[in-house]
Amino acid sequence: MDFNVIIMQLFTGLSLGMLYVLLALGLSIIFGLLTVVNFAHGSMYMWGAFVGVFTVAWTGNFWAALVLAPLGVGLYGLVIERWLIRPLYGRDINYPLLLTFGLQLIMIEVVRIFFGTSDHPFSAPALLSMPLEVMGIFYFPAYRVFLIVFTAVICFVLWFFLEKTDLGLIIRAGTRDPLMVRALGIDMNLIWWLVFGIGSALAGLAGILAAPIRSVYPEMGIAMLVECFVVTVVGGMGSLPGAIVAGILLGIVSSLTTLVYPQMADIVIFLVMAVVLLVRPSGLFGKAGLLE
Amino acid sequence: MPEHQKGKGKGVSRRTFFKTTGVAAGAAALGGFHFVRKSQAASGPLKLGCPLPLTGPYGTEALDQQAGAALAVAEVNKNGGVLGRKVELVVRDTKLKADEAARRAKELIESVKVELMTGCLSAANQLAVNEQCKLVGMPYMSISQSNEITERRDASVYTYHEALDPHTTTQAVGKWAAQKFGKRWYFLTSDYAFGWQLTDGFRRVGKMFGVQDVGETKHPLGTADFSSYFPRIMAAKPDVLIIDNFGKDQLNTIKQATSFGLKKKIQLLCPVLLASARLGAGTAAYEGVVGGTSFYWEQNHPTAKKFVAAFQKANGRPPIDYAGYAYSGVLELLNGVNRAGKLDALALATAIENRNYDNYKGKQWWRPCDHQSQQDVFILRSKTPKKKYDVFEIIDTVSGANEALLRTCVELGHKPGVPNRTGLKK
Amino acid sequence: MAELQSQAAHAATTPAVMSPWDKVVNLVSRYPVAFMTLFFILFPFVVPYQALATQIIIWGLFALGYNVCLGYTGMLSFGHAAYFGVGSYTLGIVLIRLWENVWFGLACATFMGGITALVLGYLCIKRRGIYFALLTLAFAQLLYFVAFQWVNLTGGDNGLRNIPAVPLALPGFSVDIHDPLRFYFFVLFFVVLALLLLQRILQSPFGRVLEAVRENDPRARSCGYETSNVRWLAFIVSGAISGLAGGLYALYLHFVGIESLYWVTSGQILMITLLGGMGSFIGPFIGAGVFLFLEDVLSAITVNWMIFLGTVFILCVLFFPDGIWGTFVKLIGRKSALKR
Repeated sequence: MDFNVIIMQLFTGLSLGMLYVLLALGLSIIFGLLTVVNFAHGSMYMWGAFVGVFTVAWTGNFWAALVLAPLGVGLYGLVIERWLIRPLYGRDINYPLLLTFGLQLIMIEVVRIFFGTSDHPFSAPALLSMPLEVMGIFYFPAYRVFLIVFTAVICFVLWFFLEKTDLGLIIRAGTRDPLMVRALGIDMNLIWWLVFGIGSALAGLAGILAAPIRSVYPEMGIAMLVECFVVTVVGGMGSLPGAIVAGILLGIVSSLTTLVYPQMADIVIFLVMAVVLLVRPSGLFGKAGLLE
Repeated sequence: MPEHQKGKGKGVSRRTFFKTTGVAAGAAALGGFHFVRKSQAASGPLKLGCPLPLTGPYGTEALDQQAGAALAVAEVNKNGGVLGRKVELVVRDTKLKADEAARRAKELIESVKVELMTGCLSAANQLAVNEQCKLVGMPYMSISQSNEITERRDASVYTYHEALDPHTTTQAVGKWAAQKFGKRWYFLTSDYAFGWQLTDGFRRVGKMFGVQDVGETKHPLGTADFSSYFPRIMAAKPDVLIIDNFGKDQLNTIKQATSFGLKKKIQLLCPVLLASARLGAGTAAYEGVVGGTSFYWEQNHPTAKKFVAAFQKANGRPPIDYAGYAYSGVLELLNGVNRAGKLDALALATAIENRNYDNYKGKQWWRPCDHQSQQDVFILRSKTPKKKYDVFEIIDTVSGANEALLRTCVELGHKPGVPNRTGLKK
Repeated sequence: MAELQSQAAHAATTPAVMSPWDKVVNLVSRYPVAFMTLFFILFPFVVPYQALATQIIIWGLFALGYNVCLGYTGMLSFGHAAYFGVGSYTLGIVLIRLWENVWFGLACATFMGGITALVLGYLCIKRRGIYFALLTLAFAQLLYFVAFQWVNLTGGDNGLRNIPAVPLALPGFSVDIHDPLRFYFFVLFFVVLALLLLQRILQSPFGRVLEAVRENDPRARSCGYETSNVRWLAFIVSGAISGLAGGLYALYLHFVGIESLYWVTSGQILMITLLGGMGSFIGPFIGAGVFLFLEDVLSAITVNWMIFLGTVFILCVLFFPDGIWGTFVKLIGRKSALKR
């Protein structure tokens, strides 16, 4: 196998992994703090793409869409948490799961009703749509380089927020022992609310970032959701470094699989998950005992 | 009824259907269950079952099929219906799942008491529905691509295939491409029967023209990101990349191949170039892409113009990919029954076999041995539209005459020239 | 079986005078299998079409099997499509290749469902909660992949076709079961069989241990039960019943779609079980009935029927968390309590 091909493969794997990272971060942060398995995450990703498509249709500006999509989906997440998920705290984790499952059906249908079943054309801004020449024979789209860098920045911002700010401290404490945090006089409901909003916004962001690469249609989030569950579990549910490492890892594994046995490119992530869970029951970075 | 109202055939039929079955079922839920059963008398309108993947990735094409079928039904009804009875189109959603298609077909047969069947998109769905129809001896007009449906194992006296099949498509597109483009071909194959058959077909026709097969990559059905497939393709330095997939897979492949600069050195070729995918990906992504099709609405042919005008009037847009199959298939089925003079599967087969017809695209012919419709294939190139839906230009026509593009009857396991009577119920 | 207990407690404290309604409820709760058999015998005559009745009891049977896992043992599996699908394919392949005998085919389907659960259960059972759920999902997806690729055996993406319409061979005579009503009663026979078997299991000491494991695993373990073996056994029973349901479904459709192994099927059975109510005999069947009926009626009215399905789920979760049957039982309980 040509060495150059393998290098290119790593790059495509990295760009593939970045969308996993963004989605898995959102899933993981919601799960870690709220113990909500958010089945509507894939649909939020889809909504992010649609908000982006229509922002660009109205304003013609990709960068405006890049701001509005996470904002819109984040706000939507706040509404959902407040009115639908909050009443379920304290009940079995199956209930939020089931609720968000129903919610995703509605979210997909709403898009189908208003925007039809067809795909919506969407392209990267002119600035980023140039293929860059690599090693003489290959091209790599500038947009994907942007995607990789941008996701890295988002990860850094998130890390900074969680590790270096007071609010971040409270959130981290909340994942350890919400009861104790509450005893210290902090309104956990508010924290949970905020975290659900942030998680949703990350899904929306992944959606708008995916729109120039993938087809934008109502069911685009379904397969993505399952893949991101896998990523989250491999990384360890509730672990943010886990989500990042697992996202990149699975992107690259899937990309390299296309060289060896491409038919398995989809299924290989399940294989990785099975192996990881058999060897390390709580995922790569997961805490033992969480949600058992 | 004025012409413009007639045009709303689709909406009306569904609404009528809602009234008869939906309300009835609703009433049934409240306790009046037997009402439903009694309303299913054998006389009254002739019901034509039509399972379609309305939800799911091929929803756009399915809606197109539904509109085409509704148009055909409206036309037949205007001309007096079938054997004096009005025809009613009963559509069901298969969600693009084969077992759902089987379940829905069973429901249509047992509960709605349809007397003829059409519909389906995807080989798996139509084979599942065909299976149900064969069991009860009901004529089924398949309106989407499949190789299997005309083969010995699945074909029957009840089965008709109006659409192209992967073999025909590839013979036409491959023959054309081998003469126009370079000889180094690379295949990106969707990893299921339809994709394999496309690649096999291209290889077969390629051999005749001395084409060099420089590689094949199989990808899982429903892949969202094809970028990891491109380095290997670029490294193989092909002249032509043949994209043997369908729907969103095609859209994603071309959208991403364009962004990876594949088109700078490689010609992209799609066996089935889809207008819906082209509309969903945008002009830039599809620029210069060439492919085949059974029908394109700007075709300059009298029946095509008539069909497109009627469709436009009814739906406010021209037909895209799959409406033509449904329109022509339903016409053949219903007019066939009229010609047979009775609703009898054997009489219908006799009325259809060996028939020459031109419903919407030019000359077609029903081959008796496998009930496959012989037809031309058009070669399209994507262009910059002047108005919406004006996305392709027809750059060539590959004639299907004299069974040139079909597999032989013997190859399919049938006796050549002998009408298919497989599975005939006494 | 929550409703059994609550009803039993209720019966003990109810004064001698009971309203006729209470008596009926009491009777139903005490003899669920008898009552359900009676109901199912009448069932095909009250649904819009007989095929729907058949579908409902097949999916109900599948949900019943799933419920052994979720409702009685508290294991959230996300891979039950595997056992259902294996059952379907086994029946189809046996009828096509081995022996055209319905009984043998269904026995094989049940057996293979159980065996698959035995093997996969061995790998998954030590994990709990969401990890268990996703591990079962992973193995189910791998099976899906194998079936997808193994075209010669399974037909791949096109599905397994040409399953012969075999008459039911009984000693002395043979019945064509492909008349809708006859086939319904044929399926019902297996449903009742499964119900009786399950009732026997749940009322045995093993059933009590299952409940103990669901309610408090560490305590059950400290009582000396090897709880992972208990869960494993429940998982196998669950897989076998799902395999039987899969076999019946294949027989019903004369066809096996590759989707029967796909994770969406696992999701659907989870929905049906939760909708109907966990941990009871009747709940899964009510869930299957409501789900399929809604799907049939709504999808005939509008293409966007999923929006109603989604709304029903959300309303169920928010207001009827015990599922339809669970809520019903609770309501009855409360009514009687008020009277007291």
